[in-house]
Amino acid sequence: MSETIEFKIDGRKIVAEEGKTIVEAAKINGVYIPTLCNFEGAKPKGCCRMCTIKVNNRFMTACTIPGAAGMEVESNSEELNDIRKGIVELLFVTGNHFCPSCEKSGNCELQALAYRYQMMVPRFPYVFPQKGIDASSPKIIKDQNRCILCQRCMKTIKDEKGRNYFAYQNRGSKLAVVLDEKMGKEMSDELAALAMENCPVGSIIYKENGFKKPIGKRKYDKRPIGNEIEA
Amino acid sequence: MSKKIIATTSLAGCFGCHMSFLDIDERILKLVELVEFDKSPINDIKVFTRPVDIGIIEGGCCNSENIEVLKSFRENCKVLVSLGECAIMGGLPALRNGIPIEECLREAYLDGPTVSENKEQVLPNDPELPMLLDKVFPCHEIVKVDYFLPGCAPDADLIWNALVALVTGNEMELPYEVVKFD
Repeated sequence: MSETIEFKIDGRKIVAEEGKTIVEAAKINGVYIPTLCNFEGAKPKGCCRMCTIKVNNRFMTACTIPGAAGMEVESNSEELNDIRKGIVELLFVTGNHFCPSCEKSGNCELQALAYRYQMMVPRFPYVFPQKGIDASSPKIIKDQNRCILCQRCMKTIKDEKGRNYFAYQNRGSKLAVVLDEKMGKEMSDELAALAMENCPVGSIIYKENGFKKPIGKRKYDKRPIGNEIEA
Repeated sequence: MSKKIIATTSLAGCFGCHMSFLDIDERILKLVELVEFDKSPINDIKVFTRPVDIGIIEGGCCNSENIEVLKSFRENCKVLVSLGECAIMGGLPALRNGIPIEECLREAYLDGPTVSENKEQVLPNDPELPMLLDKVFPCHEIVKVDYFLPGCAPDADLIWNALVALVTGNEMELPYEVVKFD
């Protein structure tokens, strides 16, 4: 059995099993550290930087670093929250996030984080990219203009043989998460719905199922993201 | 306290934000105690008649007339507020950004499935018509905008709280439910 360790986040005592990441340990102790690319059960990657924290005055990603005994973590500070808000703003301007016409609106984690950090307007100029939309699958639409390259679909959407439906294509600024053409054509409804749910933005849309929940009953209409952890 | 002067306009918008403004319901009676309207579609005053304290802009900029009106608002208003997603980020009209303007016009007036009565194949070219811009621009990318109220349309409470805060000089109430992008 692994040992229990103690450390602090913003002065608050955190008790967790050794080896747990700071995000996991915080969650168990009722402290919310915002995440976007991180997905429970999948290997963390630390690429979105939403979970940026400070330990010993150094920036780290809380989803990849395990908690250590005696550690003093800074998370909910003005500086870090402004960095997080900046990340959200950058994601908004570099993609085409037209919330009013997006089927994911209300259930979207990126939007929910913008609400949490009260983003009224991004500080950066809009890019309006034209990366194309793949609607060839009968079950889903993959909108590349909304994709934040978090890999959550790549890590969690697999067939019974463990093959991935989604994969990276190209490199650098042309990097894209694409749906396998053949597998996309044979995708089940359950998997299509799961793919949409696991996508933190509106890049994967389960066809013919949009706007099922009315405004007011969606995930983040009444309560901010992270609220369920903070209790 | 003398009343603050307000002006409003709808640029490349759908008037939904103005409709949401009217959703303040009976508080409109309180509003007339606090403010007076100058140029606005609500009272149909077409030109600025005096210096304005608060200018409220709905919609982004999709043509030359939008730019002209927006600039005149900046010149005549002490404080400018972008109201709604279109003013803040271009909104739905900005879905055309990235599609060449010629392609947009062809689809709308020549080749689109709903085009039936354009036998001469004419694109709108009357000099009276404002020129379309190549892209739809958020207002703050054209002039300096002081405050932003998101939403499509913004919640009436958000508009009310912002107006009261601006008029009274107090800090704005911003409960979670009122800041929404849809």
